[in-house]
Amino acid sequence: MAEVTENAISVSDVKIRYRIFKKVSLLKTILAPHKYKKTEMFEAVKGVTFDVPKGEILGIVGKNGSGKSTLLKAIAGIFAPDEGTIDLHGHTVSLLSIGVGFQNKLSGRENIYLSGMLLGFSKAQIDEKIDDIIEFSELGEFIERPVKTYSSGMYSKLAFAITAILETEIMLIDEVLSVGDAKFKKKSYEKMKSLINNEDRTVVIVSHSSETLSKLCDSILWLHDGEIKMQGKCEEVLPIYEEFMS
Amino acid sequence: MSMSSFFKDCKRFFNYTVFSSKAELKSEVADSYLSWLWWFLDPLLYMFVYTFIAIIVFRSGVPYFPVFVFLGLNTWTFFSKTVRASVKVVQSKKMIVTKVYVPKYMFVFEKIGVYGFKMIVSNLLVVGSMIIYHVPLNWRVIWIIPISMVLLVVTFGISTIISHFGVFVEDLQNVVTVVLQLIFYLSGIFYSIEPIGNVVKGRVPEPYDSILVKLNPIALVITDLRRVMLYGEDPHWVMLSIWFVAGLIMSWVGVTIIYKFENSYVKVI
Repeated sequence: MAEVTENAISVSDVKIRYRIFKKVSLLKTILAPHKYKKTEMFEAVKGVTFDVPKGEILGIVGKNGSGKSTLLKAIAGIFAPDEGTIDLHGHTVSLLSIGVGFQNKLSGRENIYLSGMLLGFSKAQIDEKIDDIIEFSELGEFIERPVKTYSSGMYSKLAFAITAILETEIMLIDEVLSVGDAKFKKKSYEKMKSLINNEDRTVVIVSHSSETLSKLCDSILWLHDGEIKMQGKCEEVLPIYEEFMS
Repeated sequence: MSMSSFFKDCKRFFNYTVFSSKAELKSEVADSYLSWLWWFLDPLLYMFVYTFIAIIVFRSGVPYFPVFVFLGLNTWTFFSKTVRASVKVVQSKKMIVTKVYVPKYMFVFEKIGVYGFKMIVSNLLVVGSMIIYHVPLNWRVIWIIPISMVLLVVTFGISTIISHFGVFVEDLQNVVTVVLQLIFYLSGIFYSIEPIGNVVKGRVPEPYDSILVKLNPIALVITDLRRVMLYGEDPHWVMLSIWFVAGLIMSWVGVTIIYKFENSYVKVI
């Protein structure tokens, strides 16, 4: 029997609107009520449908403001789409990004727990992985010091280590991260590659760089003004995209 | 939004909320020389200040007046600090809100954890001062449990509603500060709204005293805590039950609007 490809992410007819809720001031509303404008609507994603099979690495390209990051945030569950559905078929998901709210006065170790719990891991799961995280972050004994004493490089190393070691089944990457010094950059790139290449893991990468995407991805989704302009294999989509952008 | 998703989310984010309350408490004292001792020192020093004010300045005839004042102040501090912190709580968690999903009322729980812990520590000092002032122990102290429940749901309800509007209304902080100031004076912290037994007359004339106690849940909670802890009287059961229900309704409204609108928070902050 031919194996039916199992989808990890199903996005169907998703529309995301930004209600431009202007911040209001009570005082201004009382003093000048006629100036009060109705909220404007702006549709960032205008009905997008696609599936990502399990284990696939999908790259999303598009110019600034085409709705890539909005779509990624919606997949991550940070906000729900206004219309349509996003089904992750029960997979765990995380948005790989720099620093999920570190508490500056607390030690690196305590911040690992805090970030990990926010990502939905239990204390026991974090206990299991914490040594790997500390080792990967190369922070050594600095891990016991408050985060505010860290250099910006150390800060991002820790952030990367947390999201990279606490793996989830679906990883969303907004712009390929390059953090730390040259050595750590290479190491984090390698780590990311090995995370991405794990056959069970589904990955969505948003990037401007065709070069990185062609190296990492299986297929490409090209978003233009909130709609899918093109979808297909890297070698089909990327040359046309390059030409379009130049 | 159904209550079942509220309980599911509470369960899911419970550990995080507890951990981050602890983290916030720790980070407040992390830099100081005496570290966690400040959790005791802070209310203790305030107690000295208020004892001074109570005995020297006010010269009230209220029995156990300093204890009477501490109890009121601790309750007030918990309520007002939680409410005030809730106004900007979503903005203050911007780093988290833009990267992962957390039901936003969890941040209110986190504040309740922080200020609740401080209230408990301060109230331990109240127990200490009750011993010093020879307040007779009465079996009615067990009623502090239901009274605290009322305080909790009312504080949570008001705070969640305010945390929603705080996202959109820029000057809400100013308004809340002024309104809290007004409620402070209407809560009878340095005076007794109602008469206490036959000993002391209430400062607010009848029938306004009972109206004030009925309409202001904080005044009600403070008055009843004093009744059961210091004066061995029964609390106002009917009003407590009404405010408990009102608090539940406010909490439900707050949680519902947060679920409905939290989508757009990320886009505003």
